[in-house]
Amino acid sequence: MTTSAPRDAAAPLTLALRDVAKSFGAVQALKSGTLEVAPGSIHALVGENGAGKSTLVKIIAGVHRRDAGVFELLGDAVDFGSTAESKAAGVAVIYQEPTLFPDLSVAENIFMGRQPLGRGRRIDRARMHADSEALFARLGVSLDPRREARGLSIADQQIIEIAKAISLDAALLVMDEPTAALSGVEVQRLFAVARSLRDEGRALVFISHRFDEVFDLCDTVTVMRDGAYVSTSRVAETTESEIVSRMVGREVAELFPKTAATIGDVVLDVQGLSAAGEFHDISFQVRSGEIVGLAGLVGAGRSEIARAIFGVDAYDEGSVSVDGRPIAARRPRRAIRAGIAFVPEDRRQQGLVIEGSVARNIASIIRRRLSLGGLLTSRAENRAAAPWASTLQVKTSALDMRAATMSGGNQQKVVLAKWLATEPRLLIIDEPTRGIDVGTKSEVHRLLSDLAGEGLAILMISSELPEVLGMADRVLVVCEGRITADIPREEATPELVMAAATRSAATTPPAPTASSDKEPVA
Amino acid sequence: MTTLAPTRPTESAGVRVLRTVLRSRELAIVIVLVAIVLFATARRSSFVFSADGWRDTLLAPSILLVLAVGQMVVVVTRNVDLSIGSTLGISAYVVGKIFVANPDTSVFVVFAAGIAVGAVVGAINGLLVTVFNVPSLVITLGMMYVLRGALTHEVGSERINAQDFPAHFEKLGTQQVLTIPVLTIIALVVVAVVGYYLHTARGGRELYAIGSDPDAAVLYGLPAARRVFGAFVLCGALAGLAGVFSTARYATAFSGTGKDIELQAVAAVVIGGVAIFGGSGTVWGAAIGAFLLVTINRALPILGISEFWQGAVVGLLIIGSIVLDRVLSIRRQHRLLEARDHA
Repeated sequence: MTTSAPRDAAAPLTLALRDVAKSFGAVQALKSGTLEVAPGSIHALVGENGAGKSTLVKIIAGVHRRDAGVFELLGDAVDFGSTAESKAAGVAVIYQEPTLFPDLSVAENIFMGRQPLGRGRRIDRARMHADSEALFARLGVSLDPRREARGLSIADQQIIEIAKAISLDAALLVMDEPTAALSGVEVQRLFAVARSLRDEGRALVFISHRFDEVFDLCDTVTVMRDGAYVSTSRVAETTESEIVSRMVGREVAELFPKTAATIGDVVLDVQGLSAAGEFHDISFQVRSGEIVGLAGLVGAGRSEIARAIFGVDAYDEGSVSVDGRPIAARRPRRAIRAGIAFVPEDRRQQGLVIEGSVARNIASIIRRRLSLGGLLTSRAENRAAAPWASTLQVKTSALDMRAATMSGGNQQKVVLAKWLATEPRLLIIDEPTRGIDVGTKSEVHRLLSDLAGEGLAILMISSELPEVLGMADRVLVVCEGRITADIPREEATPELVMAAATRSAATTPPAPTASSDKEPVA
Repeated sequence: MTTLAPTRPTESAGVRVLRTVLRSRELAIVIVLVAIVLFATARRSSFVFSADGWRDTLLAPSILLVLAVGQMVVVVTRNVDLSIGSTLGISAYVVGKIFVANPDTSVFVVFAAGIAVGAVVGAINGLLVTVFNVPSLVITLGMMYVLRGALTHEVGSERINAQDFPAHFEKLGTQQVLTIPVLTIIALVVVAVVGYYLHTARGGRELYAIGSDPDAAVLYGLPAARRVFGAFVLCGALAGLAGVFSTARYATAFSGTGKDIELQAVAAVVIGGVAIFGGSGTVWGAAIGAFLLVTINRALPILGISEFWQGAVVGLLIIGSIVLDRVLSIRRQHRLLEARDHA
């Protein structure tokens, strides 16, 4: 399935996807995705989180197989069953989250499976390292090709992904938010490389949330919303506000109805929290009735901060107190007793006993209180769970239904019910609506808003800007393990939050001699 | 040159090699091994300095050496093969049966037969693991009992003994070239070839990659299933080879041949510094681990430690080496993170 066909005068589109659909179980991630990319073009693909961009990328990459629709590469119909097939056909993909082999060297991560060979088909390590250095020089970074990938910063991992994709010499290069973790200089280098690839007649797909980058780099832009194609236009003939209105298609305020609540006393007080390599000098407070949004890029250290506060992970310095009483480090049970509830990002793995019943999940933390002489009956569990299930409108036929069979939104309600049964003072919720369909999303938001209204203090981690802006009374922005901004609701704009989240981007020391590990400006 | 600023002192290849050796996990076990040999020899000089002692020191580990190499290749892909002891038993029995049927059979035919039997078992394991995507721990545990049961049923209380084997084959078990036993030479060749492949061939590096992160291996488009299958076939083939070794060395084959040796092979791999969750470690390490295990068992009685304690000593060695690995990796992780913070 090679496509080394010579490009004739009427060159076919490098990539053509039309009305592509893909479902995962009951969830339709992609309804009708359309994307047509011409050779010698840089094509932006924009849309909110959950618009179906990443699913589309994974179909191009051969990770997923489409359920329906047209998929053509260089004019030929293709149907990739594996990433190896798409690679062989000339597709290179930079995924949003770097996927590296931690035990192997940087150079091997770039060239795995296609290392330069010397005599007797043995790997020519000297050439592999030299080739890696050349790629890094082209990208203007300094990385040791011999060191192992374990322990690299997210930015460096992203650099390796980019170097790998460039070295593939592909006809189509797809970049899913490649700049999310990069500094300003690194982004400019990447763009220079992207332009030179375009001038060689290759096609590039560029996914980004940063509009300045889209307008700087791309010539065409396709907008997606809710798993469907919305529009394609020349970048020169459109404006940012036009694109945003097509992306959103509805008012932000409608979707995220945080009602005003009386802000009371300080519930959570975090002072000078630090953990080597994770986060530094984190200090903030959350008050009763307040929703504090923790915004930032993936990998900025937000989840790590939350886990440290709840006592799952250790920290080196600092203190955490609830209602003025200090909480011991690394003691989740004491944190629960002090009134902290923690809804983790990964519901299926960490939030639920996935094979357990709804009632058992809801009653799981208060089970000691429900048990009689150390024995816990299903009746007691059901009795305790029923009111919470109905308060949160968990849509389930019976309380003994397995959690695994429920939709994401209902699962999240079960997790919330479990914690509310402990009557917490503080709710830490990590990505409250990840993997939840749009309808149920607003229900979860209404729920959080109600809880704040009743005086609960809420610390909400979210990577979805509209969610943060719509829900939070105050937005704390984390960048590379430090809080870089504390923005009250009235002043919070997407631009302000993004600027703080990529703060290192705006104020990087002059390179090209800059070390690849960026120092966040404190 | 480019505008790249050198962020590390440039060092010559020689210095780098030396540094790698000095820092290597393998050096630690070599030191333990040498220390044990020295202590045992100090107590009783015949431990090494006698014709028999010298031969035993080199010959005794040869069977486990071959098994540990195969096991290492499977473990590095984040799998394990517990059926190699039973495979060894079946291979040994097949070898015995061949000689009972025709005492003049060429040694090469016998080697080929033993290896082929093992490779077939390995292929079955590999297919079950890759096609049905079942954890190898369970598959090979089942295979271990199935094969042992079949062997016991077939062999019963029968025992193929020394008189059934032709002299030329029995001699192979103790034959030496320049005082080095032939079986040990074959085992070392296996170590060298497999070690070379894992270090310098694409396929070898892909085995590490698959063990390091199986999901990433899929995204890279690596032929993960094919590689894992190949690892199981190699492991089985080497277990078959070990079966031939076993008959040559002990001149016997019965229903219990090779029982429990699979766990020794896993122990050798772990002691040799191969990560049980795959992705890192070397064949050299596994080989030295096998050498150490066998030598300790021989040395303990000389060092005045009762043989009843032998199992416990091996256990302590396993626990000690895995704790050492963990401590080293935590320290390294911390160093990397701090380097990042202060960069």
